[in-house]
Amino acid sequence: MRIIFEKRNTISKKAILLVPVFSFIVSLFLIGILLLIFKTNPFLTYASMYVGAFGTWMNFTETLVKAIPLMLTGIGVGLAFRLRFWNIGAEGQLVFGGVIATWVALFWSPFIPAWMVLPLAIIAGMIAGALWAGIPAVLKVSLNVDETLVSLMLNYVAIMIAQGLYYGPWRDPDGFGFPGTKLFPQIAWLPRFSGRAHYGLLFAVLIALIMWVILNRTKWGFELKMIGRNPRAASVMGVRIGSNIIIALLVSGAISGMAGVFEVTAISHRLQQGLSMGYGYTAIIVAWMAQLNPIASLFVAILMAGLLVGGDQVQMMMGLPAAMGLVLQGMILFPMLAGSLFTDFKLKVISNKEEAGV
Amino acid sequence: MKKGLLVLLALLVLIPALTFAGGDKEAEAAGDDEFKVAFVYLSLPGDLGWTYEHEAGRQMIEAELGDKVSTTYIENVPEGPDAARIIRQYAQQGYDMIFATSFGYMDPMVEIAAEFPDVYFEHCSGYKMSENMATYFGRMYQARYLSGLVAGNATKTNTIGYVAAFPIPEVLRGINAFTIGVKKVNPEAIVKVVWTNTWYDPVKEREAAVALLDSGVDIIAQHQDTTEPQKAAEERGLLSIGYDSDMGSFVGDSILVSPVWQWGNYYIETVKAAMNGTWSSHSYWGGLKEGVVKLSDFSPLVSEDVKDLVAAEEKKIVEGTWDVFWGEVKDQDGNIVVAAGDKMDDGTMLGMGFLVEGVIGKAGN
Repeated sequence: MRIIFEKRNTISKKAILLVPVFSFIVSLFLIGILLLIFKTNPFLTYASMYVGAFGTWMNFTETLVKAIPLMLTGIGVGLAFRLRFWNIGAEGQLVFGGVIATWVALFWSPFIPAWMVLPLAIIAGMIAGALWAGIPAVLKVSLNVDETLVSLMLNYVAIMIAQGLYYGPWRDPDGFGFPGTKLFPQIAWLPRFSGRAHYGLLFAVLIALIMWVILNRTKWGFELKMIGRNPRAASVMGVRIGSNIIIALLVSGAISGMAGVFEVTAISHRLQQGLSMGYGYTAIIVAWMAQLNPIASLFVAILMAGLLVGGDQVQMMMGLPAAMGLVLQGMILFPMLAGSLFTDFKLKVISNKEEAGV
Repeated sequence: MKKGLLVLLALLVLIPALTFAGGDKEAEAAGDDEFKVAFVYLSLPGDLGWTYEHEAGRQMIEAELGDKVSTTYIENVPEGPDAARIIRQYAQQGYDMIFATSFGYMDPMVEIAAEFPDVYFEHCSGYKMSENMATYFGRMYQARYLSGLVAGNATKTNTIGYVAAFPIPEVLRGINAFTIGVKKVNPEAIVKVVWTNTWYDPVKEREAAVALLDSGVDIIAQHQDTTEPQKAAEERGLLSIGYDSDMGSFVGDSILVSPVWQWGNYYIETVKAAMNGTWSSHSYWGGLKEGVVKLSDFSPLVSEDVKDLVAAEEKKIVEGTWDVFWGEVKDQDGNIVVAAGDKMDDGTMLGMGFLVEGVIGKAGN
């Protein structure tokens, strides 16, 4: 007798709903055992994590602060993944977008009308992100260079460029030599609507809707889908693969670049250490958990952000070590990701008799 | 499409959104008379370095003030905007006083301090202050100078390596003071600097030390949070100068001496002042004299002559008859920064942006 995974012919509606729920219960159960070993009440821990992330409006705004860059980068990498283009460079695209937005905010704002500063910073940051994602796309299409490596390496390049600037020529002359640029002029601050939660949220929702329409209701979206499913067939049908990959990656990078613009214009109001917080990597998890659906990415991003924010509570309220917060985050995600196997496959038990008969 | 998953996700997010429709209930937790103090740490108390010493200071508060205070801490908080959330949560949870123990917490703390005028904020190593936010730090350069005297005497290759975190004034000041000490006893010697761009990363700290050792240095000094550079030197049978804590007691006699932090007395004083209502915003910068920095015990490998020299130099600094950055001080290019007979003032020291003669490395990117 043996047990095999059999691919489901039709993806069952029930499985789509039940598998994540079941995975989540498995996570809670496993974590519960771990917490009991540490002599901590699991229910209190879950409650404090939940309250920390969603329990009060103030806490929820902090969750949104982390969710907004995750939404944007999640949508960005999700688009690339649809084409089976492994863009793991969202972090670099975010950072470079932030760098160029800083350039606009600091050096252009004296020369252009006040109302133009923010839109220009956003556009410039998006172009920067597009450029950063365009490099691996062009290399892939023209020379067949592996995009994973190029996009990953460009992350470090962007981070080093940012460091070079805020330690070097852009360093605040009144900052006692400490790293970081001058504070942006107020006209370059993206307004916040509550606490630190800012209007970047509107952009993220808008982009999710636009992307959904493009992917599901336009010819271009259909072409992208074909390239992702079967590039050879698409090319036979006359779909131009190379140029589509490049255009899609420019869009993908632009969206991630926008996340960087918001981080500097709405949160830190300057370019400094701490712009690269790993959002671009977490975005990969967001994109997969959302099944590359831009609208689902919004909600998954909020959940992920809640998990990150709630993880602090494990330390602050429960007195567990910092590493425990990370362990809990991992243990919640792991069954969820592993569980997705069961939406596409089902377990089948094959008895010896059956096997002999076949 | 995978609508089921979407619905589930939407519910998971919307249910919480409805739960706070009833209005915010902040955990003010009034009613207890304890003075509640929170510490925000960059790394783990187990780093045996920077955070270890702050944790020792926190424990001294508990030991001294007993049940009148309750203290807590959070570890592994990244520098930058994320720290604002942590600091705000402590303030919301009714903590009376919050200590943030890394430079990168400065801007977030300024922001939160403005939101909570009734909470006392203390930030270590920065320069921004407000009504209810003080800064505190120590003249570590004084102890580093003394450790430079020891290193300058001990080097045989006349090249000393220095694993350094970020090219910011605090670190540059330390490298310079150390080098001035080295060159006082050994004018031939040079100090090679490698930047790690991190305070706490055991792997990078070790790699930087190994790179320096490969290039021919025979003593490793450092400005990092852990003992890894020291371990790298010990494994090669070479010597090192510790930092933060008495690293010799953790690693071994290959660490000749360590300039160390002693936060306890300052912490107790400032917490007491806040409890008595006599606290006012301040910028504290104590040195060897106040005891906030000192030199650890020496390794048995350090000779009596060197110990006597260090004691004599320490006496001059404590008595105020001489200090490290009194002229003549020259920068790397040989330009005179402080003329003979002049003294560098605190403002210039706090914004130091150059490296002194004898340092091999760049003061920025």
